[in-house]
Amino acid sequence: MLTILFWVLSAVMLASAMLVVAFRNPVNSAMSLVLSFIALAALFVTLDAFFIGIIQVLVYAGAVMVLFLFIIMLLDLKAEARRKLNLAALGGGLAVLGGFVALIVQVVKSLPAAKEEFPALTRTGYSDVADVGTTLFSGYNLPFQVIGVLLLVATVGVVILSRRTLR
Amino acid sequence: MNALTLGHYLLVSGLLFSIGLAGVLLRRNLLIIFMGLELMLNAANLSLVAFARHGVTTLGLPDYNAQVLVFFIITVAAAEVAVGLAIIVALYRLRQTTHVEDLDKMKF
Repeated sequence: MLTILFWVLSAVMLASAMLVVAFRNPVNSAMSLVLSFIALAALFVTLDAFFIGIIQVLVYAGAVMVLFLFIIMLLDLKAEARRKLNLAALGGGLAVLGGFVALIVQVVKSLPAAKEEFPALTRTGYSDVADVGTTLFSGYNLPFQVIGVLLLVATVGVVILSRRTLR
Repeated sequence: MNALTLGHYLLVSGLLFSIGLAGVLLRRNLLIIFMGLELMLNAANLSLVAFARHGVTTLGLPDYNAQVLVFFIITVAAAEVAVGLAIIVALYRLRQTTHVEDLDKMKF
């Protein structure tokens, strides 16, 4: 059951990610990016990471993608006009990609741990959020507060950047 | 059908990363390049969560250190998207374009 789910979700995720790159209209790209993120959230759930899956839907498929769509519509971007392709750059990019994919396949093949099945969990019930929270607030309290400062700095920076006259 | 292994998830994560890289390398619209960056970040998250599930602790729980790292990555990525899109809007106000070939002022 989980195996079928894994293949279906991976296929949906990879196909819609390819459509993000293939579509000429940015709105279509953004919509298929949402689908890709939702399939990824479901993949997180198949790995028993319920909290991360929920955060993925809330933050990525929700907040980040709304921001993307808002900017696309604010800038009123139309579908890209076809331009002359730079064939050398295109060929170079495809060569880099091919090499990269071959490298990843080779690394995953040669990794001994990659052939192991996932060990069974002894947990009963769904205490995932509580466990993530315990780890976060006991082991990573300082990074958590630093992240808060980072978000504040980003907010101030965005306000400055979006003023009408940049000095 | 054989059971799922860590390698399955790592391979899917690698393919997602390659698709994101393809978006960055092959597309010339700034917003699509940005979406490619998001795909690459999410591919890293997927392999982190797969490793968390693989490295079960002595208590029989997933390794939550990795999941906390994913939480931090998602937070930083959200901040990055906000700042990046603000820069794109500021750039668009100046130049009325999001096409990278029209933005060659810093080219040597």
